[in-house]
Amino acid sequence: MAKKIGVIVNPVAGIGGRVGLKGSDGEAILAKALALGAKPECPNKAVVAISQFKDFQDEPLEIYTYPKEMGEDEMRAAGLTPIVIGEIDSGHTTPDDTVRAAKDLLALGVELILFAGGDGTARNVLDAVGEEIAVLGVPGGCKIHSAVYAINPKTAGKLVLEFLLGKVQDLKESEVMDIDEDAFREGVLRARLYGYMRVPNEKKMVQNLKSGRGYGEEAALDLVARYIAFNLEEDVLYVMGPGSTVRGVMNKLELPNTLLGVDLVYNNKVIANDVNEKGILDVLAQYDKARIIITVIGGQGYLFGRGNQQLSPAVIREVGLDNIKVIATKNKMFSLFAQPLLVDTGDESLNEELSGYARVTVGYGESVMFKVNA
Amino acid sequence: MSKPYVRTNFHEARWDEPMIYELSTPGTRGILVPEVEDEIVDAVGDVAAALPDSLKRSAPLLLPEVDQKHVLAHYIHLTQETMGSNLSNDLSEGTCTMKYNPRLSEAMSMNPDFAEIHPEQDDSTVQGTLEIFYKFEQIMKEVSGMDRFSFQPGGGNHAVYCASSVMRAYHASRKDDKRDTIITTIFSHPCDAAAPCTAGYNVVTLYPDEQGIPDYEGLKKAVAEIGDHLAGFFMTNPEDIGIYNPNIDKFVELVHSVGGLCYYDQANANAFLGVVRAREAGVDMCHFNVHKTFGTPHGGEGPANGAFGCREFLSKFLPVPTIEFDGEKYFRDYDRPDSFGKVRGYIGTAGVILRAYSWTMMHGAEGLRMCANISVLNNNYLEKMLLSIKGLGEAFLGNGITRQEQCRYTWEELKNDTGVGTDDINKRVGDFGIPWYWASHHPWVIPEPMTLEPCETYSKCDLEEYYLSLKLVAEEAYDNPEVVLSAPHRQASHDLANPEDLDDPEKWATTWRAFLRKHGDKYLKVK
Amino acid sequence: MSGKGNIVYPYIPNSVPDVRRAMLDELGFESEEDIYKEIPDRLRFKGEMKLPAPIHSEARLQRHVEKILAKNENVKDNISFLGGGTWNHYVPALCDTIGGRDEILTSYVGEAFTDHGKFQILFESTSMLGDLTGFEACNTPTYDWPNAVAITSRMAARTTGRKEILVSENIGPERKVINENYCKPDLKIVEVKYDFENRCLDLADLKSKVSDNTALIYFESPSYLGFLETQGAEIVEIAHAKGALVAVGVDPTSLGILEAPGDYGADYAVGELQPLGVHMQCGGGLGGFIATKDEEKFVAEYPSLLFGVLPTVKEGEYGFGQVAFERTSYGSREKGKDFIGTCAALHGMIAAVYLALMGPGGMKDLGSTIMQRMAYAKAELAKVPGVKLYDGYNFKEFVVNFDDFGKSVAEVNKALLKKKIFGGIDLTKSFPELGNSALYCVTEMLSKEDIDDLVVALNEMC
Repeated sequence: MAKKIGVIVNPVAGIGGRVGLKGSDGEAILAKALALGAKPECPNKAVVAISQFKDFQDEPLEIYTYPKEMGEDEMRAAGLTPIVIGEIDSGHTTPDDTVRAAKDLLALGVELILFAGGDGTARNVLDAVGEEIAVLGVPGGCKIHSAVYAINPKTAGKLVLEFLLGKVQDLKESEVMDIDEDAFREGVLRARLYGYMRVPNEKKMVQNLKSGRGYGEEAALDLVARYIAFNLEEDVLYVMGPGSTVRGVMNKLELPNTLLGVDLVYNNKVIANDVNEKGILDVLAQYDKARIIITVIGGQGYLFGRGNQQLSPAVIREVGLDNIKVIATKNKMFSLFAQPLLVDTGDESLNEELSGYARVTVGYGESVMFKVNA
Repeated sequence: MSKPYVRTNFHEARWDEPMIYELSTPGTRGILVPEVEDEIVDAVGDVAAALPDSLKRSAPLLLPEVDQKHVLAHYIHLTQETMGSNLSNDLSEGTCTMKYNPRLSEAMSMNPDFAEIHPEQDDSTVQGTLEIFYKFEQIMKEVSGMDRFSFQPGGGNHAVYCASSVMRAYHASRKDDKRDTIITTIFSHPCDAAAPCTAGYNVVTLYPDEQGIPDYEGLKKAVAEIGDHLAGFFMTNPEDIGIYNPNIDKFVELVHSVGGLCYYDQANANAFLGVVRAREAGVDMCHFNVHKTFGTPHGGEGPANGAFGCREFLSKFLPVPTIEFDGEKYFRDYDRPDSFGKVRGYIGTAGVILRAYSWTMMHGAEGLRMCANISVLNNNYLEKMLLSIKGLGEAFLGNGITRQEQCRYTWEELKNDTGVGTDDINKRVGDFGIPWYWASHHPWVIPEPMTLEPCETYSKCDLEEYYLSLKLVAEEAYDNPEVVLSAPHRQASHDLANPEDLDDPEKWATTWRAFLRKHGDKYLKVK
Repeated sequence: MSGKGNIVYPYIPNSVPDVRRAMLDELGFESEEDIYKEIPDRLRFKGEMKLPAPIHSEARLQRHVEKILAKNENVKDNISFLGGGTWNHYVPALCDTIGGRDEILTSYVGEAFTDHGKFQILFESTSMLGDLTGFEACNTPTYDWPNAVAITSRMAARTTGRKEILVSENIGPERKVINENYCKPDLKIVEVKYDFENRCLDLADLKSKVSDNTALIYFESPSYLGFLETQGAEIVEIAHAKGALVAVGVDPTSLGILEAPGDYGADYAVGELQPLGVHMQCGGGLGGFIATKDEEKFVAEYPSLLFGVLPTVKEGEYGFGQVAFERTSYGSREKGKDFIGTCAALHGMIAAVYLALMGPGGMKDLGSTIMQRMAYAKAELAKVPGVKLYDGYNFKEFVVNFDDFGKSVAEVNKALLKKKIFGGIDLTKSFPELGNSALYCVTEMLSKEDIDDLVVALNEMC
């Protein structure tokens, strides 16, 4: 049986960057960018990634894509023959086309979707496929806060190739994040966590004999979650932040939870799910002792201020700075090597107080001391 | 001076050797066992045959049946398909200190007065072995400044485990049972985390600062947070990236101030013989990888020895027996009520200690210092050449810190430029007679890593050959990446067709029997 | 001739002054101090190491070391009845030949392309150990048998998610103490009584102790005292009924004739490699093995390296790699995952050569001859006045009681030593319940004459 994958190119992603616009979402912005003489960058990057598939000759490979600039053109430029599905209004593609393409590909039963674009594109793919199949992003947009992208187009192509060859089998949950573009262009940065998608997790097939065994991403997450769940204290209100690592703890506790929201837990019972700032403060007022459990969000390593704005300065102060527990998988922390964690609560003095070092739990009884910058 | 060259016409032995089982012919014998004397047979009969059936072997024993000449040929072939450090430019295995292992040591280790000694013999009949142990302990004490040593641990990791056991006994003796956490650093050997973890401790890992030095501020925060739960601090110095931590005494002071013990993993001690010692750093315990620093063979991963040293106040917790001298005779002291117990049988890997004693006696204090000097000189000489290779960098490049005995390099630039990464390079270097190099311990926090340690064994010419070989492979990566990516070409074997099957319980095989059951004759060399 | 200060060391090529100077010049360094400048002065060692004066020539060094070693008494010049964890077996010359080859002797971690041979030898070694013990999975060597027991305890705890280890009370003393230390702090060890009268594990006591918390039952056959366990299959049945696993400590030299643990249902076999072609070296010759069932739940818990064979891209070529490199963690047993490290690979490789030479016929002959010599020794010793032997099924080792001999074991051994005989291990401290007893060991190395010499010496004593 032939292997099936899908390709989606957002032809206008990244177009705003070179002309000083932040993002390309919205037709008005796009028109403005084109008027400023912007040239699409994303298609070229997609070609670089797709070219890597030429090395896959073990068995038949069917690559499905949308017409013209949404993948067909790039495939042909890479010297490959696509199976073209769907319809578009060439020259006037919209985010809806991306969503539709992703849904069509999912319905066709592809093993993986390679998409080229930026954070907006990732959100569109997320809306369509969620965590149902593997995806991987080719960084083509000018805003990349999401962690679903490979480092560069070539690496993206190679990783998909290894996935097809069965050399990479592990998938890791990675954040889809985006900023509010209107606010961003006004100079205000507000990033949100929109969800998670599953991307191939590159592991070394060449084995590192002396260092012994490692754990896959899933097992690594399981270890952290198990440790935290096992060590929760009684009579303490736990403010469980957003993100998949914290969700892992909730799942281990067998408690209903929200991936993107804040949940409150007391003595192994949920007090409330998906609470906003005010809701958290109201509940906090009723308990003597509280702790926040958060994870590191996004490829840039934010503790506060990205994707968990519910945990406002007031909430943080109410709980107390000494009562914040940070958890993350080892892979996440190693990918941030030589890069500090960041806090951006919107309260300068609180940011300062949070700066310094955080002890991040990364395994069963294992933690790392990580630098935190405002 | 001899001139370097790249072994472009190298080819490793490739005997296309079948499995020993495939050489089997029923009824063949490789060696005979002494026949039982007739008088014994007459007296006792066939004792094994008289056993009850439940004790007798029921299944046929499926060992191969091969005559002696063919057993010899088979295993000589296989040894020839292996690159020992004595016959190759093995500065490759960074952190492993692949020294020359003198043949004299091997010859002496075969002496029946050493090899044919039973460990339960009376002390009076093993005075020679005990004397070697005792004298080598005196040497280790002087090299480190510690007060006592045990040679029972079977390797470096095992010594760290021994340290964890001593640490536990120490805190227990003070009824200080809260101490359940240790601190280590990310570029310390991973056993500095793993062995205490096995012993039940939680582990907190420090990252380095921008210079690549373990972050003191991070330690302060960790110590403040862990408080009286801190059992100890385990670190390698210099760390595996070749940078010496100049603040080690400050680290030690801070850990001591909250009641923790400090452990110095001296796996990388080769650079510092006679230059720095554990005592001056203020630590309480340390170990040497005897098989690395003191010139004994690594045996393809052991037997090795992790000489564990400590200060006087911890010596009562050492594993039993210790080796003592009463002025007249040497003896094994088992009467140590505070000892935590044992980590390995008897007194340790005596063969390693014998060779290390001999090697050390040949060098003396001055020679050890020469090892240190030449190892750091070699490393800097090699580093200068290697950093001129396009595509190659090193961890914390340009931080202004002179590397000591080894470097962790990175092929990140080459990978970005060409798609050829460290694993690919590593598969190719063997085609030029260069042994597989040590990339890095896990995790790879430095991308596309390569760790090289050109200890004093390697000549100037070796260093230059190594540089020229790597340069050639890097150039291939730019000009003709396919030749690198399709390596190995001239080595004893090739890439596995389906390496992922090693992770598949339906396909993996750690024994020949499992291989036959799972794959039948599909892959047999001899069908 | 080199004088002090400018010796050229044969093992340090760049100690040649001109070479060293050229390298320093190339780097723009005055001396190596330009490298050591990174170490603050306060941390530097200011003195000179006070080590013995060096012996630079190999000729003199050899003489120095041999002179020290000559103070040892070896088992070739003496008759040794010592066993109990290290045994005097014949080491085939071929084992020394292969084990002494620089290619493998001086290899280390390596990789399967350049060190293909090392990988294959170790794979053959684990394969043959699997054949001996009746299992299809086996690891590369651990430090020794005691550590193999300890690691197996933790492996079983992880596989079952349970925290209690039952061990027979008469396992080897070193194995006991090493296992106890390794199981700290989270695993609990409970001893099961040994029924000495019937020479077997006390099944009633076992039944009363095995429970839903039991991860593993560990017993030895032959036991430390040399007795064969006749109820292996029943022990396995009792354990499995409670969901517990069973590990059996074995003597690999016995398995040419004795039932393999895998064949009576045990889950692990552990033991010592030393008798398989490794010189005793005063206990330096150790190496342990752990064989188990080739099922993921067992294999995934090995901390040690597992070398596996698979075809390479080249038709008809065997290649190697590590099996289950990223091992899955089962259940909540993370704490106490084991470290791995440099253990005793060379001894595993030597064992491969040994077993290949011996084959099934050799191992069968070895087992038979040991049993016959042992039976002869027991029979002859039983005739010595005041010496008591214990009946039952033994292999290689047996207890000799001197309660009625009029001399303590220590005194007996001292007297024997004068006649160049190493008497058995003194059990008075480790097994006080056996009274004034010693553990005697007979291997294929002892002739009828050697045994007779012992008997004569004892007769002369009483």
